[in-house]
Amino acid sequence: MPDPQSPALRRTPLAAVHAGLGATMTEFAGWLMPLRYGSETAEHNAVRKAAGLFDLSHMGELMITGDGAAAVLDYALVGEASAIKPGRARYTMICAPDGGVIDDLIVYRLAESQYLVVANASNAAVVAAELAERSDGRGAEVRDRTADYALIAVQGPRAAAIVASLTSTDLDQVRYYASYQATIAGSEALLARTGYTGEDGFEIFVGPQEAAPLWEALTEAGRGFGLVPAGLAARDSLRLEAGMPLYGNELGRDVTPYDARLGRVVNLDKPGDFVGRAALAERAQAAPTRVLVGLAGQTRRVPRHGYSVLWNGEPCGTVTSGAPSPTLGRPIAMAYVTAEMAAEARSAAGTSQGRLAVDIRGSAEPAELVPLPFYKRPTPN
Amino acid sequence: MSVPEELYYTAEHEWVAISDATARVGITDYAQRALGDVVYVTAPAQGTRVTAGDPCGEVESTKSVSDIYCPADGEVTEVNPEIDEDPGLVNSDPYGAGWLFKIKLDSGDQVPPGLLSATEYTALTAEAQQ
Repeated sequence: MPDPQSPALRRTPLAAVHAGLGATMTEFAGWLMPLRYGSETAEHNAVRKAAGLFDLSHMGELMITGDGAAAVLDYALVGEASAIKPGRARYTMICAPDGGVIDDLIVYRLAESQYLVVANASNAAVVAAELAERSDGRGAEVRDRTADYALIAVQGPRAAAIVASLTSTDLDQVRYYASYQATIAGSEALLARTGYTGEDGFEIFVGPQEAAPLWEALTEAGRGFGLVPAGLAARDSLRLEAGMPLYGNELGRDVTPYDARLGRVVNLDKPGDFVGRAALAERAQAAPTRVLVGLAGQTRRVPRHGYSVLWNGEPCGTVTSGAPSPTLGRPIAMAYVTAEMAAEARSAAGTSQGRLAVDIRGSAEPAELVPLPFYKRPTPN
Repeated sequence: MSVPEELYYTAEHEWVAISDATARVGITDYAQRALGDVVYVTAPAQGTRVTAGDPCGEVESTKSVSDIYCPADGEVTEVNPEIDEDPGLVNSDPYGAGWLFKIKLDSGDQVPPGLLSATEYTALTAEAQQ
């Protein structure tokens, strides 16, 4: 267990709130973060059925400002940042020259010449350094503003009703992957309709001193809606069910966006060069050697990160993430497997019974290929 | 964190209740908190000969899996039938309804060697939290 007194760990502006709620804290990417407040399964289910409140202040906020901001990001990232309209956001990636993923990002265009890039906590410093290097001489400034922002997420089918009760902003205007300057419970905030749970929801950026009052206001407003605080454990199982990749598991320097089924984020048609272009263009043409697949366990034992996937008893891949799925009631996993095996297993669908398994601590536990995502939220009427 | 006075403990976070030469075994409140929600338990089958210190089962939670270490020499006489249906009992009532299995002790009515008292176990977990 982490030493809560350790001075080496960074604390979010909500550390005292988590202590007051009796959270189990964990070390994550150099931060002391809430892992769970009570039962992580109950937190997971609350997000699926009502709403959950998350502290995501460990995420990196990088501000890119200047007349050259759009051009810098077009060159630095695999997507076309200049095509994002002010007030809109996009999921994208920053790659190395060899096409390997340095991080996956959400890019918000706040104004014509101002972008907010949200990076994973574990990669924020690397992304900031890469962006600074890639912006050199292109007329934009990159600043790491992580310490200037708290980030609070409200996720779940009741999230909109809860946030609506605290703002005069018409939330119908704030579409999925849009952001809006809004006053929420008296705090000036950047309100974004984004998330990492597979549900509708919001991510709210505020100044550090506004974090605790906003958390309290949301808690109060959520009381009648079944809102509960939710920790990183629930966040991980929610994103896994939603088939969303996690850097360090499905994504890494040795993985291209194409391997991770996210080739759609790479825009090879945008004008001008960008870092990784040549390697990614080549990769886009080549037949994949490995593919990311979804697995469902047929026993109750759980495939976990690093376990071998077996096809006819032979290793053919590795589990990247696995967990018992509260929504499906069985273990689920994502895994990289050889393209050959995936093709064979798909063509053998139905008769593949018993041939696909995960090596769970020495025992071959039967599994089956299932389409990703594991969970899709019911479409609103 | 609860550490009942009348029980014995292992350094691997099992608890043991001894009566009539039989040990009832479970995992401690400290262990269930550290593991998170328990989703699956593999206990040694009834009739199995077990040896103190050997892994004899697994507790699988949402985030991790850990071995159950056998606290004493003996023979498994009973496995808690409720746990398979409702593994969450290990979280909600670790010292009661969440018990895992019973061992007929080779040591009879004697306390098996190597077990910790509640005081010793409390000290051990306090150290682990440092």
